[in-house]
Amino acid sequence: MLSRRDFLQMSMAAASITGASGFGNWARLAAQDKFDQSSLLDFETFGNVTLMHVTDIHGQLKPIYFREPSVNIGVGENRGEVPHLTGEAFRTRYGIGGGTPLDYALTYEDFVAQAQAYGKVGGLDRVATVLNAIRSDRPDALLLDGGDTWHGSMTCLKTEGQDMVNVMNALKPDAMTFHWEFTLGSKRVEEIVKGLPFAALGQNIFDAEWDEPSELFKPYEFFERGGVKIAVIGQAFPYMPIANPGWMFPEYSFGIRDEHMQEMVNEVRAAGAELVVCLSHNGFDVDKKMAGIVTGIDVILSGHTHDALPEPVLVGQTHIIASGSNGKFVSRVDLDVRDGKMMGLRHKLIPIFSDLITPDPEIAALIDAQRAPFLEDLTHVVGKSDALLYRRGNFNGTWDDLICDALLSERDAQIALSPGVRWGPSILPGQDITREDIFNVTSMTYPNVYRTEMTGEFLKVVLEDVGDNLFNPDPYYQQGGDMVRVGGLGFKMDIAKPQGERVSEMTLLSTGEVIDPSHSYVVAGWASVNEGTEGPPVWDVLESHISKLGTVGQGTATPVEVVLPE
Amino acid sequence: MDFSRRETFGLGLGALALMALPVGASASTIEEMIAEFTGGADMADTGVTLTAPEIAENGNTVPIAVSAEGASSILVLATGNPTPSVGTFTFGPLAGARSASTRIRLAKTQELVAIAKLEDGTFARTSAEVKVTIGGCGG
Repeated sequence: MLSRRDFLQMSMAAASITGASGFGNWARLAAQDKFDQSSLLDFETFGNVTLMHVTDIHGQLKPIYFREPSVNIGVGENRGEVPHLTGEAFRTRYGIGGGTPLDYALTYEDFVAQAQAYGKVGGLDRVATVLNAIRSDRPDALLLDGGDTWHGSMTCLKTEGQDMVNVMNALKPDAMTFHWEFTLGSKRVEEIVKGLPFAALGQNIFDAEWDEPSELFKPYEFFERGGVKIAVIGQAFPYMPIANPGWMFPEYSFGIRDEHMQEMVNEVRAAGAELVVCLSHNGFDVDKKMAGIVTGIDVILSGHTHDALPEPVLVGQTHIIASGSNGKFVSRVDLDVRDGKMMGLRHKLIPIFSDLITPDPEIAALIDAQRAPFLEDLTHVVGKSDALLYRRGNFNGTWDDLICDALLSERDAQIALSPGVRWGPSILPGQDITREDIFNVTSMTYPNVYRTEMTGEFLKVVLEDVGDNLFNPDPYYQQGGDMVRVGGLGFKMDIAKPQGERVSEMTLLSTGEVIDPSHSYVVAGWASVNEGTEGPPVWDVLESHISKLGTVGQGTATPVEVVLPE
Repeated sequence: MDFSRRETFGLGLGALALMALPVGASASTIEEMIAEFTGGADMADTGVTLTAPEIAENGNTVPIAVSAEGASSILVLATGNPTPSVGTFTFGPLAGARSASTRIRLAKTQELVAIAKLEDGTFARTSAEVKVTIGGCGG
């Protein structure tokens, strides 16, 4: 006979594997060429609670193109596991046909042809339509924003996040957690947070001086929905002062703090929570590890690493949902919670195909109002691309190569370093490059392009250090970015080796010489986390480079020989 | 331009300079320090908790905490520091909680070790890896 516990596990496992997730249905509709707004939204309402998850929007109010990665290497236990599957492996894992709308939304192959066929993705006015449709099924659905919202565009930078705050407030989220928001500086973050009409959460946001939970950010919030007492616990990006300039928010300390997370779960359970949701900006692999350590979380809504997965991943009894980035997806999660326990889950990752989904007129007008003061700047055409420009992937994308070319030529350097961030929409061949496009891949509050000298030995330390932040086999030691983008310097990277031994065969491309550890090289780079970095903002450097060329190609590809783990 | 490499990459250079220390030299010292504390007794894997960040936000001031129920003293070592000894916390019989927290400086990525001497004369050991990194490049 099955115990109640066994039954619960089975039904939940079945839900996630066979896709009581709406995904199986999705694939069928896609195969029938049924591809319209109603098929995107098609969902048989389930249970008594609905969660809507958006994350890592990175300031993208308008529809964009966004190419998913071709290189996404998992290490340690995550080798070959989702989300570290790309292209055909991803399609095979989820039974997605090549050339289908889902293939376009979730993988990279034939991206240009598919982008021309299926059009742009995202746009918060389209997201609004989807949220409203879900709310018409379930009026008390919770909307949860995983953060990286108030960053990533010209208007967001120039209004210090106000454009995003205005538009998101109109979408009526119930709670939010944080990462890049803190790069607006702690004063500005505090000013915005104090005025937010929803919960600003982070159980791991601590006061740096006293190492105690921050007073401004609550660890969790309770909601009563469908007769169910729900606790949403926030988890901000754990490595904020390391991956971003800590001097901009010196009052705060972060970290994973999984022991404190367990305390919070116990606390909300003791207070009667029947459903515990973690709104996380840990990154997917960190969430997976945390789900194996912390018990009692029903659902983790995962952000930071920009992965979009059409099915939840189950760790123990915790379902992890990954909802992509840049406004490209909304996740809908319907839950059946009875007798204080989660009994089942139905999930659908809804791709926001901009041409198919009717924009919500009210939000569309609100977005245009945010952009109006900057319209001339936004639409200013700097040049044209005859190549596909993209960023996402463990190593240089074509946007990065172009940026590195700009750093080398505009700053007269031998080697260029560009941050391995995962945000930044794509540009199709033949598309004009506007000033807005340039800001979309560069905008930040520490944009200065330094020009300095580094020894060969130090360059190796930099590559090894960033490499370990990406490829350390223990997810708790990963920061969730990609490898630093490099121009003018080729190297070999053996992923499975320990820090200090991964990088070899460093070569100065301009001469073909091997890098000499004791020799100094002129290096230009941007996004330094150090205070007082001097130099012109990177968007000016990139604009100058592109306007000189007129029409740009994909930039100089940096040779990186990657040795994959066994 | 006049900002120096030292200012820009101070933390990384600190890490570099200390990596040049001979690894073997301190390893035997650490074993000796542990042996001195325990008198060579066996150590249990459970019974002492060491809380430290996985990645230090600032290697110059890393918050750590140790606790062990029934401990009379707890030894803390930073195995990768030029001077590994962090300190020994001693608890009297009237101490309500056998726990202590402090901030320490870590020269580079390394293992921290905490060994508790319990009132019954037995010992417990735990360790935690703390990474000290240059930083930058977040997603």
